[in-house]
Amino acid sequence: MRETLWTLAALISHWRRRPGNLATLVLGLAIATALWSGVQALNAQARNSYDAAANAISGGGARTLVAARGGLFDQELFVRLRRAGVEVSPVLEGAIRIGEKNIRIIGVEPLSLPRRSPIADRRTRTDVIEDFFSGPGRGFAAPQTLRRLDLSEGAQPQTERGQLLPPLAALAEAPPGAIIVDIGVAQRLLDRPGKLSRLVILDEETFDEARLKPIAGDALRLVAPDDDSDLARLTDSFHLNLTAFGFLAFLVGLFIVHAAYGLAFEQRLPTLRTLRALGVGPPHLIAAMALEIGALTLIAGGAGVLGGHAIAQALLPDVAKSLESLYGAQISDRLALDARWWLSGLAMAGAGAALAAASGLTKALRLPALSFARPMAWRGAHHRYLGRQATLAALALVAAAGAYGFGQGLASGFAIIGLALLAAALILPVGLAGVLALGERFARRPLARWFFADGRQEISGLSLALMALLIALATNIGVGSMVEGFRQTFDRWLDARLVAEIYFEAATPADARDIEAWARTQPDIAAILPVWRAKTRIGGWPVDVVGMTPHETYTAHFPLIDAPTGVWTALHAQDAVLVSEQLARRLSLAIGETLDISTSGRDWSARIVGVFPDYGNPKGQLRIDHEKLKRYFDDASGVQYSLRVDPAATKRVIENIRQRFGGKIARIIDQAEVKTLSTDIFERTFAVTTALNTLTLIVSGVALFASLLTLSDMRRARIAPVWALGATRRKLAALEMARVMAFAAGAAAFAIPLGLFMTWCLVAIVNVAAFGWRLPFHMFPAQWLVVSCIALGAAFFAALIPVVRLARVSPTELLRVFSNER
Amino acid sequence: MSIDATPENLAAERTSAPMLRVDGLKKSYPTPQGRIPVLRGVDFTLAAGASLALTGESGSGKSTLLHLVGALDDADSGDIVLDGVALTRLSENARAAIRRERISVVFQQFNLIPSLTVGENLSFQARLAGRYDPAWQEELTARLGLATLAARYPEELSGGQQQRVAIGRALAVRPRLLLADEPTGNLDEATGDAVMALALDLVAATGCAFLMATHSERLAARLQRRVRLESGLLAAQ
Amino acid sequence: MNARSPNSSQERSSAISRRSALLLALSSSGALAQGFGGLGATAPGFAIPRAGTQLAFPRDHGAHPDFRTEWWYVTANLKGDDGAAYGVQWTLFRFALQPNAARAGWDDRNIWMGHAAATSVNEHLFAQKFARGGIGQAGVEATPFRAFIDDWLLETRDDSVDAGIERLRVAASDKSFAYALDLTATGPVVLQGEGGYSRKSEAGQASYYYSQPFFRAEGSLSMSGRKIQVSGRAWMDREWSSQPLSADLKGWDWFSLHLEGGARLMLYRMRSVEAAPFLFGNWIDADGATSILAREDIVLEPLETTRIADRDVPIRWRVKIKNRDVDIETRPLNPRSWMGTDFAYWEGPIRFTGSHSGEGYLEMTGY
Repeated sequence: MRETLWTLAALISHWRRRPGNLATLVLGLAIATALWSGVQALNAQARNSYDAAANAISGGGARTLVAARGGLFDQELFVRLRRAGVEVSPVLEGAIRIGEKNIRIIGVEPLSLPRRSPIADRRTRTDVIEDFFSGPGRGFAAPQTLRRLDLSEGAQPQTERGQLLPPLAALAEAPPGAIIVDIGVAQRLLDRPGKLSRLVILDEETFDEARLKPIAGDALRLVAPDDDSDLARLTDSFHLNLTAFGFLAFLVGLFIVHAAYGLAFEQRLPTLRTLRALGVGPPHLIAAMALEIGALTLIAGGAGVLGGHAIAQALLPDVAKSLESLYGAQISDRLALDARWWLSGLAMAGAGAALAAASGLTKALRLPALSFARPMAWRGAHHRYLGRQATLAALALVAAAGAYGFGQGLASGFAIIGLALLAAALILPVGLAGVLALGERFARRPLARWFFADGRQEISGLSLALMALLIALATNIGVGSMVEGFRQTFDRWLDARLVAEIYFEAATPADARDIEAWARTQPDIAAILPVWRAKTRIGGWPVDVVGMTPHETYTAHFPLIDAPTGVWTALHAQDAVLVSEQLARRLSLAIGETLDISTSGRDWSARIVGVFPDYGNPKGQLRIDHEKLKRYFDDASGVQYSLRVDPAATKRVIENIRQRFGGKIARIIDQAEVKTLSTDIFERTFAVTTALNTLTLIVSGVALFASLLTLSDMRRARIAPVWALGATRRKLAALEMARVMAFAAGAAAFAIPLGLFMTWCLVAIVNVAAFGWRLPFHMFPAQWLVVSCIALGAAFFAALIPVVRLARVSPTELLRVFSNER
Repeated sequence: MSIDATPENLAAERTSAPMLRVDGLKKSYPTPQGRIPVLRGVDFTLAAGASLALTGESGSGKSTLLHLVGALDDADSGDIVLDGVALTRLSENARAAIRRERISVVFQQFNLIPSLTVGENLSFQARLAGRYDPAWQEELTARLGLATLAARYPEELSGGQQQRVAIGRALAVRPRLLLADEPTGNLDEATGDAVMALALDLVAATGCAFLMATHSERLAARLQRRVRLESGLLAAQ
Repeated sequence: MNARSPNSSQERSSAISRRSALLLALSSSGALAQGFGGLGATAPGFAIPRAGTQLAFPRDHGAHPDFRTEWWYVTANLKGDDGAAYGVQWTLFRFALQPNAARAGWDDRNIWMGHAAATSVNEHLFAQKFARGGIGQAGVEATPFRAFIDDWLLETRDDSVDAGIERLRVAASDKSFAYALDLTATGPVVLQGEGGYSRKSEAGQASYYYSQPFFRAEGSLSMSGRKIQVSGRAWMDREWSSQPLSADLKGWDWFSLHLEGGARLMLYRMRSVEAAPFLFGNWIDADGATSILAREDIVLEPLETTRIADRDVPIRWRVKIKNRDVDIETRPLNPRSWMGTDFAYWEGPIRFTGSHSGEGYLEMTGY
């Protein structure tokens, strides 16, 4: 014990002399932990919100009954089940708009609410009845939701259809973005009289599944609580992407830690040898180093976790907006994290620190009691080092190939990218060393030869920082190309899809008929295209069914990935469907196959005649002939339409409609606005990605700076002999700068093909597995230029301070190198 | 070799259980060309409190022998017995303990811990072994003339000063045996002599045995006995 | 809005007669209990029972939506084929939260509550149900007579639409017990009070109240997995009113007794904080003729209390009807017949001995 503590004291004294080195180490670990835990916090926050949403009614863990073919079912089924003694509680869910905001309505039946449910919890039945049945009742919403709507308790907002909500009350446990009301009120607000979304099973013990069929026939199906959240499933890939980024950032941060720790280890090597000579046994040495790492973890990890909290808080609004826009998911805007998150952040920091220090620890373990510093022996070590790097790189490459050949899905996609990045990073120093070796062979002037030879020695010290830089640059190019390519494709696709000039939604189907009738009399309006929707499920996956009328708008413009000639005729004349790209991929559907679709009545068999791209939609989509939609789906929405209008007259027509129909219009919008909204959603989604990307780049820049700074003392020892032989300090400093910039340029050059490979992986494997649609592969040379400049700039600024210090070092310092043994 | 160290005398010392006994020590180094033997069977003894100089040319294996005796390296074969304990058969941890408490080494390259002050360096080995004695340390500091330098760092000291710190550190733990490997190799003659005088003084004060490797005949003459290492074997001089 | 008497808490809300307990508790119009000082407590908008009204059947077997509270109440004293004694209770309450509560669908403002219990010497099992009106989950129809909540039933076994309550089937079930009994009337429907107009207090609050005490019961009963065939006697109470009772009412004790010779006795005692208890009784001859008992002639005296659910409940009673030479002592089949429902009370089968012997049911609230 005593030996360990004194050894620890000797080790720690090093930091006293080199606080900068310690700061780098702590900073690196803190940043790595911050980025990782920040991303985890965002994911955890989202998941908690989904759970809260799912548990809002049932209080968690309850099985429910839903319509077998998706959508709503008659409340008759509820009465029938109850009359047969099956204890269930009815729920109706839907969405309304208050002002410009989407709000989820959850209708519950207060008398039969499960006791676990947040509304029933801690209230007597009398209170509950009082709340819901006195006067106009109540609408319960989370304080966050009230804030978002800019309303206070007691307010009675109006929906877009002109209906009044009951007075609002705050309920902390209500899911974000939702208002809980009595089921009768919900039916009225959602214009779904006599309909329900689900039945919560109140007593699992007495529930007998076999009783369902005789009472309800095939109309209902049983859903387990975990399966239930479509939301969790749909957003899975979004969260996986976040995690992948967080992990990448963590890795890059770990590079800093490894570099800083490794260099500190090198500098403490003499001390370590002395300690061994003085009689410190290997176990004491290891114990002391482990304690040191432990303390480092607590301090740096702790700071990192706090930083992660800040990062998550900062990114939360964008993430929330993205999730809402993409999936309709509402997540709470106040970060609520439990102890588990804090602990896992620290654990990650500890693991990272241990991993980064592992090589140092193993070296210390094998340190013999006596070893001489043999300066020329570096060559041997260098060759071994390069050999090891090359071997590891080869292994990583083989593993990547394996993942490609045998892996499936998202995880394998990320694995391929990760392993390829690792292989490239490992090979980088070898490549640079090779280039330097060539340079040394062909250089004539002595200083030039020294430039190359010494560069090879410098590589092992800088290698980690350069690897980090390479990874960050490649990621920048890779992800940047993908995003840019997506942006361009999205723009074009949007143009093709948004051909109609006006889009509107009526309040009720009856209103829609009125508007339709009026529109036919208008000379300005060239065409009225109903775009009704219905819901169904195919293969367990939620699918929207959209109706199309035969019109030039579609036949000439609607983008199709794959369609034989005559697709439009087939669609309208026969029992035919178009399927969206992600639906086709998910269920492995091909043109010509027959699909069995559950409708309001009996199943409908239709032939697949085409596949269309549907970017950004997590659900599947079918497009069928409008008449067939009316016939087979009698709960089709009946309120959405698009209008073909002379572009110049668009504003006028919209005004006309608004004035004439007022409350009968739920919303009306023109093409330009839709485009802006869609693009905005797109940008927000990738804002998070871009932010993380930039952070990673900054982190690697810091890594480079840190490595150079800590190397500077060792550099001094190398510079000294050359200086003594007659080179000026300024010249040597300039050569240093040149060398670092050359390394960075090398990294940048390597980053470009690596980045392109990454783009290909993202586009062809990851995106397809995550979202189900495939983007074309684009290259953007302008971007390469930008990234190269960034690389050189980063290297320049990272090297600036160390190089200037080198230029200004006093001769005394340099001479000391000779008097002190290494 | 001093006049006393005739083979007969050496043999006599062996039979009266000396503090340190070395028997048939062999050591060779691997090189790309094959193994090169450095020690081919070295025998000698050292009584408690006695001093012995080890001379020979550069590369003759003096340092190697010293390292072996100091439990810093492994012999190929042979015995090293210190106070009845066979060093060659000890585990790594046990040997570390011996190095902490019983044997101190002063190297040519000072080997101070650069991030500790002079004062901290001086007391380090003693503290490591749990034998820190503030009074003894203060005496050592005073006699080595290091009192004013106690708060400085090794890199601020001259070679002579650093070597004095190394000696102080070695003796602060009151070892049974002090080993010195070319202790004045990096010092000029005057400084080296001064340091040597101090060292011998303190060794006598501590009462520990002293084994020093040096190529300087002049220095070797100041110790009680001398042996010479030639072609891997000890020869009387 | 709750009327609280000083001693009762929300949980022991039975500070008022079961007729109005939930009514007040659930009252959304926030009507405070009107003072016992003769303010003529009226519930705004609801109909009020009037003396002299003729009850007509089968129409009045059904629900009276103009009135605030109403119930259909069946208790049965049974003997099993294993020789043991059992008791069974089936109750359906209707509460209107506001006047004109009957509306279509979920807008209906009637709340239905069901209580069911099965009692043996060793066990007392109970269950409760709640349901909204208007959607078909619970309700009462007069012609043909059917009262139901979820799968609990009280309905006529006759095909004829106007059959009334001559022959009924009563059934209820829960996790731990279930019963299904056929009830056959062996006597006429009996109007309580004055032609069905039953006073509840000095101040004049009243309800419409009639009974069918002459049922013969037969059927099956399962308790904790054991199924037994049972038979015996049953008694049905029907009551509806709108008026809340006085605020300082603590609770009441109600007896229904089957005497030998076929006579029936209905007694209740309303207990107030300050005023003297209000006693009422009705002697029913075997042929259905009734005579109201004067309160001076009724003595109801608790003999022994038991601690149940943190309360002291009198379970043995001395009952004396002076002018009928009735002097009996009652004891419960199972002293722990506590209904641990949202509104809790004691209800269970009893036996009595003394000048007369027989069996009946006892209900005690407000302890």
